[in-house]
Amino acid sequence: MDRPVRELSYAQALQEAMAQAMEADERVFLMGEDIGVYGGAFQVTGDLVERFGEARVIDTPIAELGAAGVAVGAALCGQRPVFEFQFSDFATLAMEQIVNQAAKMRYMLGGAVSVPLVMRFPAGSGTGAAAQHSQSLEAWFAHVPGLKVVQPSTPHDAKGLLLSAIDDPDPVMIFEHKLLYKMKGPVPEEAYRVPIGKADIRRKGRDLTIVATAIMVHRALDAAAILAEEGIDVEVIDLRCLRPLDRDTLVESVSRTTRLLCVYEGVRTLGIGAEISAMIAESEAFDRLDAPIGRLGGAECPLPYNPEMEKAAVPQIPDIVAMARRLVRGTV
Amino acid sequence: MTVQMQIDRRANRPAVYDRLSNEQLRESLRRMHLIRQFEEGAEQAYMRGLIHGTMHLSIGQEASAVGVCVALGAADKITSTHRGHGHCIGKGADPKRMFAEFFGKETGYCRGRGGSMHIADPSQGNLGANGIVGGGLPIAVGAALAIRQQKRDDVVVCFFGDGASNEGAFHEALNMAALWTLPVVFVCENNQYGMSTSTARSMSVPNVADRAVAYNIPARIVDGNDFAAVAEAAFEATDRGRGGLGPSLIECKTYRIRGHSRSDRNRYRSKDEIDAWSRRDPIVRLEAELVGLGILAEADLAAIRQQVETEIEEGIAFAQESPPPAIADLLRDVTSEQP
Repeated sequence: MDRPVRELSYAQALQEAMAQAMEADERVFLMGEDIGVYGGAFQVTGDLVERFGEARVIDTPIAELGAAGVAVGAALCGQRPVFEFQFSDFATLAMEQIVNQAAKMRYMLGGAVSVPLVMRFPAGSGTGAAAQHSQSLEAWFAHVPGLKVVQPSTPHDAKGLLLSAIDDPDPVMIFEHKLLYKMKGPVPEEAYRVPIGKADIRRKGRDLTIVATAIMVHRALDAAAILAEEGIDVEVIDLRCLRPLDRDTLVESVSRTTRLLCVYEGVRTLGIGAEISAMIAESEAFDRLDAPIGRLGGAECPLPYNPEMEKAAVPQIPDIVAMARRLVRGTV
Repeated sequence: MTVQMQIDRRANRPAVYDRLSNEQLRESLRRMHLIRQFEEGAEQAYMRGLIHGTMHLSIGQEASAVGVCVALGAADKITSTHRGHGHCIGKGADPKRMFAEFFGKETGYCRGRGGSMHIADPSQGNLGANGIVGGGLPIAVGAALAIRQQKRDDVVVCFFGDGASNEGAFHEALNMAALWTLPVVFVCENNQYGMSTSTARSMSVPNVADRAVAYNIPARIVDGNDFAAVAEAAFEATDRGRGGLGPSLIECKTYRIRGHSRSDRNRYRSKDEIDAWSRRDPIVRLEAELVGLGILAEADLAAIRQQVETEIEEGIAFAQESPPPAIADLLRDVTSEQP
């Protein structure tokens, strides 16, 4: 009989991926603010500095732009940096290096170089950290050709996608929802990979496709369980990757279920749901649609501090249930 | 030649020339001519409508590019700026492929995708010009970190302008380079203007070198139009870097004779100022020095100029005859997966 797969938290899964990558390849190193003896703001790097030393687990000054550029330069010269932003919001300080340099280097130079760089971004709301520490900015990066953007929702995918990202010759941005760091799930011990650019059908269904990202995958699954009791059979797709987008899986699913609801935490307008909606509307699935496409995203405001307001600013399970009923039955 | 004259010549010979063979000095002069004629050729091609877009000429700044690169080996790296043609040629780029890039051709260094502002030659250690002021500064520090991690004794030269020293990236880069004792030589080509804004109107200190003090980085100010002065500072700084002593900063005081870019109407500076700097032409000065020291004869100078002229003509012809990139390749090299 198979041994049950052991469980790790999402943070532990990420840490294991980094440790295995560093053991396998001496070019891999970590850099970021307070990732050494402190262990990282969310304890993702933990005690890796004790195992690998300060030369490979580098505490940087609070200098996001400069340090991002250091990562770009090291990657250009054959190293494999994994750069942790303390909060994804702080990427705003480093956009120059990410967008103008890392993303464009290969193309601008006619394919003469690659930038094998990984950036990790703790993202999302729900921690009471208010407007400058709670954003979901992943769609910004997904708008930039040259970057790859992944958003794992489980410990299993966190490890597998991070290992794929470290292998990848291109810059890969990983958005990690802060509320997921303590979530536990099965994680195989070996250094397995989850392919970048492949969505995952987490629940098969007949009546409605919900495409969700990050923590919204779990809320969508909870909503699907409630809806199942009412006779509404929901398919839940974990997008996992915003760029490249897994068009085939989405089009096939919506063609089957004939209804689409996008659920994401980033601001609703011009978010990833807008792109998925447009893509479906342009595809062969359009003729199969039996209802308007629905979108649930972050409210059109900065994230507020008050906990009830903070919850109201991003989609919750009852919002998903209500929207699903409307799309399937035409009424809440 | 009298004995007395020989002694005088030896006495006037800059100390740094002890580290350079006569052949290297000749080659340095040739590269300065190559930069000058390359840019003059590019300028003419632009005016004749053969090249589109824009370009930033470094005419008048050739000594800082070549004087620094003469201290480098093939494995050493450079990062460059939007005014980077001189750095490319200084690091050994082929003018043929540079012209081809300007002409947007598939045979160019960037296969026609980058143009003047993005020429790079990673195979020769040139990590690239940069369209963003200050963009190359942190990248140079990262390249030096990679050198450290790979246990090599190469150095990275980071060219930047006076304007870049007002960017946050400059300060973050210098701090990290010094903090981690990395082998970076920060070379500021202070040509006294960021586009139209003079250093006096944009900097709170008179010299870029003054800013190095805040990061515990040794800095030197040199006459950027004096090849020997630049080369001496470059050897000193690269020696420090190779010896594990960390970063240095060299501020080359120089001047761009042409405007900022093709749109410049020169409203912010006087003709007298431009003329005064034209009289300090670094190429004329190096030629006089090498002849005075008996390293080259007048006939050698003519031969160098003639040889460079031919090389430039051949480069332009190569670029004109080269095929353009296929439009079908528009999406090629966005990522490692080809469409």
